[in-house]
Parts: sequence; C-alpha cells; structure tokens
Amino acid sequence: MATYKYHVLICGGTGCRASQSNKIIDNFKRLLKENGLEKEVQVVETGCFGFCEKGPIVKILPDNTFYIEVKPEDVEEIINEHVIKGRKVQRLLYVDPKTSEHKADSKHMGFYKKQLRIALRNAGFINPENIDEYIARDGYKALATVLEQNDPQATIDIIKKSGLRGRGGGGFPTGLKWEIASKNAADQKYMICNADEGDPGAFMDRSILEGDPHSVIEAMAIGGFCIGATKGLIYIRAEYPLAIERLKVAIGQAREYGLLGKNIFESGFDFDIDIRYGAGAFVCGEETALIHSMEGFRGEPTFKPPFPAQEGYLKKPSNVNNVETFANIPVIINKGWEWFSSIGTEKSKGTKVFALAGQINNVGLIEVPMGITLREVIYEIGGGIKNGKKFKAVQTGGPSGGCLTEKFLDTPIDYDNLLAAGSMMGSGGMIIMDETSCMVSVAKFYLEFTVEESCGKCTPCRIGNKRLYETLEKITNGNGTLEDLDLLRNLSTVIKDTALCGLGQTSPNPVLSTIDNFYDEYLAHVVDKKCPAGQCKALKRYVIDPDNCIGCTACARACPVGAIKGEKKLPHEITQSLCIKCGTCYEKCKFNAIKIQ
Amino acid sequence: MSSIKIKVKKEIIEKIEEICKSFDNQSGELINVLHKTQEYLGYLPAEAQEIIARALNISAARVYGVVSFYSFFSMKPKGKCPVSVCMGTACYVRGADKIVDEFKKVLNIAVGETDNDGVFSLASLRCVGACGLAPVVLVGDKVHGRLAADDVKHIVKEYREQFAKLAEA
Repeated sequence: MATYKYHVLICGGTGCRASQSNKIIDNFKRLLKENGLEKEVQVVETGCFGFCEKGPIVKILPDNTFYIEVKPEDVEEIINEHVIKGRKVQRLLYVDPKTSEHKADSKHMGFYKKQLRIALRNAGFINPENIDEYIARDGYKALATVLEQNDPQATIDIIKKSGLRGRGGGGFPTGLKWEIASKNAADQKYMICNADEGDPGAFMDRSILEGDPHSVIEAMAIGGFCIGATKGLIYIRAEYPLAIERLKVAIGQAREYGLLGKNIFESGFDFDIDIRYGAGAFVCGEETALIHSMEGFRGEPTFKPPFPAQEGYLKKPSNVNNVETFANIPVIINKGWEWFSSIGTEKSKGTKVFALAGQINNVGLIEVPMGITLREVIYEIGGGIKNGKKFKAVQTGGPSGGCLTEKFLDTPIDYDNLLAAGSMMGSGGMIIMDETSCMVSVAKFYLEFTVEESCGKCTPCRIGNKRLYETLEKITNGNGTLEDLDLLRNLSTVIKDTALCGLGQTSPNPVLSTIDNFYDEYLAHVVDKKCPAGQCKALKRYVIDPDNCIGCTACARACPVGAIKGEKKLPHEITQSLCIKCGTCYEKCKFNAIKIQ
Repeated sequence: MSSIKIKVKKEIIEKIEEICKSFDNQSGELINVLHKTQEYLGYLPAEAQEIIARALNISAARVYGVVSFYSFFSMKPKGKCPVSVCMGTACYVRGADKIVDEFKKVLNIAVGETDNDGVFSLASLRCVGACGLAPVVLVGDKVHGRLAADDVKHIVKEYREQFAKLAEA
C-alpha cells in the first residue's frame, strides 16, 4: 500500500451502485490514466460505508476525506482539485445540518461519531474481492489461532464467555448453540450460514456479504472446527445477486490460498463451503424451514425438538447462525472475550447493526454498542426526523416486532429491554415514522406481509392472521367497531400461543404493540371515524376553508370528478358525495384553503 | 409417467434435461434446477415442471408445490420490461403504495399482470436493500430510486420509447 500517494475508496454496495457508482469508478480509472496518475492513486471498490442516504460515497485516504452524493461528472473536479492540487472539493463535503459547517473527515460527522464497527469493521475499508486486503487486516488469523490450539472446547468457551448472542433475531447464546452441536456425535455435521435476510427494510447481512465476505467464511470454518463439521453451506436470497457474486469470488480465493479445502493450515482439518439459493420466502429465515428449503422442499417449518443440532440438514446434526453473528467471531478470537464482553449491557454484549430507514434524515446502516438509547440513534446518528416533522414511533424487529413510542426513547437498546417494551431486536431493521404515519395502517401493512408469507402449514397462522388483516382493513375503511378492538387483542393472543413456528408466534406483535401504544388512534378510527394521521383514504374528508379560499378556481379545474363548485373570486365548496379523495385539490391549492379532516 | 405427451419444442426439452443433468438429476437440487430453468425460459410453465419432475424422478405435484411456494418463481411470462415496485417497510413508509397505484393507473394493469402488448409487467417485491433510495422501483435490473408518483409516467415513457426504437431496428 505504501507506493500509492492516494487511495480512492468508492462504495460498490447495492445502494450506491444503483446511483451509478460503477460509472464513478470507471471515470476515476480513465481520468487517472489520462493524467498519468494511475501509479500514484489506487482506485478501490469497497463494500458499504453505511451512509446510504448521501450515496454514492467516495472516500480519499490518507486524509480521510469523505465526499457525498458524488456524480460521475464530479470525478474530473475531484482529480484536478484534490489529487493534483491537494484542495478539497468543498461542495461535495458533508454539511452538518446543525452548524452548517463542512465536515471533511467522517470521524467528525454525527452519523459516525457514536458508532462502533465490529461486524462492519472492514466494510468500506477493503476491496471485498481481494483476499490479501482481508488478510492484511488480521484476516484468517483467528482461524490459524484456533487450529493451532486444536482445542474445540476451548474456542467454544471463549465464544460462550464473550456473551455473543444470535444476531438474526432470536438472541440465543452462540457459544451454547455450538456446544450442543459439538456434543452430538455423527459421521457428518453441517455448519450453515443463514443469509436469507427476509425482513423488509433490513440489509445488514447483505452489506456484510458484499463488503467483507471473508469474515463470514473464516467464522464458518472456525465454527465448523468447533462442532466437528467439515461442510459449510450458505443459504442466501436469490434477490442479492451482488452478494452472491462476491461470496463466490471470496470462496474461490480462500480455496486457492488453502484456507478452505483439505488440511487447512496443515492441521488435518478439512472444511469447504457451498452456496444454496433461496427463492423468496420469508419463512425460510426460520432454521427448520431453511433446512427443508436447502433439501429442495417447500420451506415449511417443523416442530422443535428435534432441533437442527440433533437432526438438521439431511438428518445430520447442523448448526445455523446468522451472517452478522459469524462476522463477530474472528474479532472475538483475535481480541479476546474480555474485550468483547466489556462492550454492551449486562446480558447483551457487543454491538448490533441496525438498518436505519423511514422518515429520518440519515438513512443507512449503523453499528452501535448495545445499550445505546433510541434517542441517540435517532437524533444524533440519524440526524432527526425528515422535514422537521415530529417523531411518532420507531418500529424494530420487522414483521415480528413492534412499534415503540416517545416514552421509550431513553431506554437502552438490548435484547431484553426491547422485549420488555413489547418489541424485539429482530434482525435489526429500525424504521422511523413521523406524524404522517397511521399506526393502524402500519399494523395492516405488516399483517399483509405475514399473510402473504405464511407458509400455510398451521391453522393459527394461516387463518388467524388473515382474520387479523381483514379486521384491520375493516377499521381503516371506517367500518370498525369497539368489539373489533377486543377481537384483535384476543385473536392475537391465541395466535401467539398456538402457532407452530417463530413467524406465527410473533406475527401479531405489530397489532398488539400498536393497540397498546396507540389505543387513541384506534379509537379515533372506530368511534370518530377519523384517521388522525390523514393516511386512511376512506376516512379522509377534504373541505375548503372559506376564509382562505380566494376563488382562483385552480382546484375546481383540477378535480377529476367535478366535485368542486363555486363562483370565480368567491369561496368554493366540495360536494362530499362526489369526492373520490384523490387529493389533487389539496396539491393544487396555493392558498392553504383545502383542509383534511 | 411416460405416457404423458409434452408439447414443447425438442430443443427446449433437451436444454431443461441438460440443466437437470448438470445437477446430477438430484431431487435435493430442485430449487437450483428451477432457478436455472427460469433463467433460461423466463418463467416456469407447467410443461417445464413436468420435464423436470421426470428427470429428477419426483412427482410433478412436488415440483409444482415448490414452484408455487416461492415467490421468486413465476408460472406466467413477464413483460419485456418487468417493473417491480419495492414494498419493503422503508419504501412503504416513504410512499411506495402511491407509486404502485400510479403504475397501475398508467399501465392499466393490476399487480401480477402483463400488459396486452407484452411490454410491461407489474410486480411488487420485498426489499432490494436499497433503502437509502426509498421508494425504489426496479425495471429489469435497473434501480430507479427516490421516486415520486409524478416520475412514474416519465419512466414508462422512457422505456416505451426505448422499446419502440428497438422494435424498429
């Protein structure tokens, strides 16, 4: 690395690629060559920096300059100014919204200040398609240590003592899971990586696989050695073509270097990894369903026990861990369990990656220590609510989680606190909602998802969720009654108690948590027939405020059904029986005379 | 099984059988076989499923069961410009439902349908992971991000023109 004067790191994650980061890379390479600088400046396509809101991101080392929202045509200016003249391009720097100061160094940006990147340690730093760069950052050192020690139980003990818990949502202690699998004797065992990231709005697993695939491969080999498995399988969504491509490259390189295959590090340990593809079924994130899907069947879950550790893939003992869990393993071995367990809260150690999305200024991928508060995440890292609107709720845990209100903003985030608050950690989706989100509609949105994704095997989930959805639909259409609210509560409890797998047992959570935290809003829908957020179309009423209306006729001309009547220069009126609630008049009015009731 | 006559071109049958063979005709590889077949044909018609069932020596019902279970597999041909609107939570919160409605209106088809000339088809999918660009629409492989309902007609127009040019050429 010493021979280059500058390193230009360009995000090649899915989000930035969608905003032409490919072209930016091409332009850099071409223009550097034209200027004869290709030997002085290295161009590196990295994984995700996390700050997707302001993508595409270009970072320049060694001065750590962080350029945002770079367009392919900006490349020339960056080369002329920054690379040749050593002057930063001010207009492409991040501007702190509070102080209006330009921040050149990402370390000083609010978005990064409170983050601690362990699982994402290499994403955005290394070229994921170059194994040497991973090795240069202590890659495969942990595997070497473990194989040299040659004591699986000692490694399992390290993971146990570190306090690492499953990052896929369940939060089961990883070390314990490995220990159980290691104790079941069999001629063949499997180490499985769950990369079926189905939670809509969560993309941390994808970013890890795109940005640092070797960390997962190394951890799977370590885990394989601990439980006595010589075969690893990665089950990944077919919707992630870039992650699949990078994984394939990484597996190939690891084989070439002898880090996968026979007799790794001459320890006598054999381990190799295959990729299996999902085909778009959320329930396949459940480990028994995932295993059936890998075997070429419908991804329907089965009752546990037998647990996969007893009878998993092809009826052999198998251990399933999530991508993010694996990404933590090599660091724990390298830095020690004491270091890892010093981060976080009493029962939740380490960090968690969250996908921050929704009505928030800084959408992106963040990694924070357990125990940070929602307020810090939303207002300091996330930069507050978009367009200066008011915070209403934060949804965590995806379709299995719940909505938390303002009163939980200062609760430290960890597995147990989120459960106690009526939500859950889940895989780490964190959706921020402002006052324009109707909570009944949000619950309906999640139920629609569950109904679609329910595999149909058990009755409570197949039929119960459908009934929940219909009842919510009735309420948002303005036909709900108070009895419906009781029905929602009772039915939810029954589904939770009786469904077969994790999907069904948690699917009523969005309903229950919104009823608990936003009961008034449900009441407004069923009693007053109003949607306070103004989202439910059927409950909307557009009226013209005669004091503000000057009779410009703009609304009447725009109304597609001719529901607006009135004389020129006199206040107009909307005929409610004709109104289709399309909102065109509301958008056309320049005098703030149309009100939504 | 052998009495069933399948009305498909010979080369298609051979190609599908070749795909099955590349996975050693293992029934455990069914999902991979279906992925490859869909890549080749664009969709998975009943005939293709029967060919696969025969090659892997499993029932056509099992193949159909798997095809119908996973949303990635389709039994209907898609349009030449398949439009997929992301309905993940991040996109939903930023108004993806309005984008779907607009596409329905502009294309005059429902979700899951293909228009009469076979150019556009409309689908919704869950999270492509480009949440920073929400709301997001995929047309083919291309991602269109940060959309408003007004952008929809421009996108449709753009692809229609592109397609018309291709057809002329």
